[in-house]
Amino acid sequence: MKRYSAFAIAREAFRQHSGWTRAWGQAEPKPRYDVIIVGAGGHGLATAYYLGKNFGITNVAVLEKGWLGGGNTGRNTTIIRSNYLQDPSAAIYEKARSLYEGLSQDLNYNVMFSPRGVMMLAQTQHEIRGYQRTVHANNLQGVTTEWISPARVKELCPIMNIDGPRYPVLGALWQARGGTARHDAVAWGYARACADMGMDIIQQCEVTGVTTEAGKVTGVNTTRGDIKCGKLGMVVAGHASVLAQKAGFQLPIESVALQALVSEPIKPCMDVVVMANTVHGYMSQSDKGEMVIGGGTDGYNNYTQRGSFHHIEETVRALVETFPIVGRLKMLRQWGGIVDVTGDRSPILSKTPVEGIFVNCGWGTGGFKAIPGSGWAMAELMAKGASPLTEEFSMNRFRHGKFIDESVAAGVAH
Amino acid sequence: MLILHCPHCDRMVDETDLHAGGEAHVKRFGPGSEAEEFENYLFMRENPKGVHFERWRHVYGCGKWFLAARNTATLEVYGTYSAQTTEPPQAIRDAISAKQPGWSWGTFQ
Ligand SMILES: Cc1cc2nc3c(=O)[nH]c(=O)nc-3n(C[C@H](O)[C@H](O)[C@H](O)COP(=O)(O)OP(=O)(O)OC[C@H]3O[C@@H](n4cnc5c(N)ncnc54)[C@H](O)[C@@H]3O)c2cc1C
Ligand SMILES: [Zn+2]
Repeated sequence: MKRYSAFAIAREAFRQHSGWTRAWGQAEPKPRYDVIIVGAGGHGLATAYYLGKNFGITNVAVLEKGWLGGGNTGRNTTIIRSNYLQDPSAAIYEKARSLYEGLSQDLNYNVMFSPRGVMMLAQTQHEIRGYQRTVHANNLQGVTTEWISPARVKELCPIMNIDGPRYPVLGALWQARGGTARHDAVAWGYARACADMGMDIIQQCEVTGVTTEAGKVTGVNTTRGDIKCGKLGMVVAGHASVLAQKAGFQLPIESVALQALVSEPIKPCMDVVVMANTVHGYMSQSDKGEMVIGGGTDGYNNYTQRGSFHHIEETVRALVETFPIVGRLKMLRQWGGIVDVTGDRSPILSKTPVEGIFVNCGWGTGGFKAIPGSGWAMAELMAKGASPLTEEFSMNRFRHGKFIDESVAAGVAH
Repeated sequence: MLILHCPHCDRMVDETDLHAGGEAHVKRFGPGSEAEEFENYLFMRENPKGVHFERWRHVYGCGKWFLAARNTATLEVYGTYSAQTTEPPQAIRDAISAKQPGWSWGTFQ
């Protein structure tokens, strides 16, 4: 792999950019791999990357039914934060956030991590108490967050109307080191680094079956032939239930549509991320100037990557009072992704009833922020059979009632 | 916009008047049941890509529950029926079979 650098740009400028090489090759499936990862989203690619980097396991294939990063990873609104309430969540999300800080250097690929700060508005008395509690929990967890006053909110985000009649801003939970990153770049950066370690990223290759022998995984059937493997990682987000069924077990997951939209590009007017959980809306400004807006999920099971228009209307309506500027914006694009939601709104990183099969799913509406930490932990789980970061996220927690209840901390989908 | 027929009001109702209530025909378990039975009842879901049976409530109308047979991969609606049943009626099953021969869902087919 040729490294990217300022010098490389200068060098290529002098030879009409003829020296750039492909970021990753077009691999043909081999008959067998030590590890197969299904799903080339951020979580699948990061799992493969840390298997190679941290454990020296490089005979790995990542199989993707569509194109790399074309699932939720390429459809999300890129909010990165780690201000969760429960300890296991804080541990894995903070691991992810801290890895994001050095990710561009680590991957030699600019993921445009922008720690511009994430603000979660309190617009009811209940939210004030909830977020102050989160700040205390975060302090104990070693996650830096603070409770800020309405005046400080206005100072950090002047376009906000903090004394709206229905939902005045009463303060906010502020994580200065949260922010955003470029979603495609995260997938592409991991893919390039995986390919550089000799791994095969095989696109247009759908896993249609899982083969087992005496309760142990032996391989997969795909649209490009059968492939054997020692271990199998299922990292397919919205399709987790479908794939698990092929391996003969069920998951506590429901798949629903989550939508987002962006406006036409406007001049820079907002350099923080703002989330308003009570009214179910959030907004940030992309580097291109578009206002990136999201809200809550659609209500019913859906695999079509599109949702109902009235949710878009609700989301925008929710934001208009707090951000009057939204009322004059023209919206450019709107889209949906299929998110995998568990009963306690926390992910599953776990062994499964089938030996050799591991599952990483249930990130639902908020897994982009977790990609590096999730890949790190999943790689350890797959390589060693256990990881301190994944212990509490086992799929058996639902049987034993040991929930990691983040539905309050998640509040709105992001 | 999803439009379903409310069997109680006998009219077509759009999604904004409805509330989705999740998977239908869930087998319930009470006090004294095994952990695994509670797990299945409370958390495990079919979540199929295809034919799905689910609960809906006509919240901004008659306020009553009913069940719907729908396809999660195409958003097609096969029909709605009374919630006072433990399995989909034959007419609904036939309507599904006409479009999706060989379908199955949980223990139904
Ligand atoms: C609109 C929207 C906004 C969001 N906003 C945020 C946000 O602001 N912050 C945040 O942290 N998170 C956000 N999320 C959530 C986040 O996008 C996801 O949690 C995360 O991207 C999941 O990554 P993944 O790698 O697990 O899944 P994906 O990126 O979906 O990758 C899974 C891949 O598996 C492939 N696949 C499925 N079945 C098969 C098969 N049988 N064979 C082969 N391949 C298969 C799919 O094609 C897909 O590419 C948002 C999601 C949406 C939809
Ligand atoms: Zn009715």
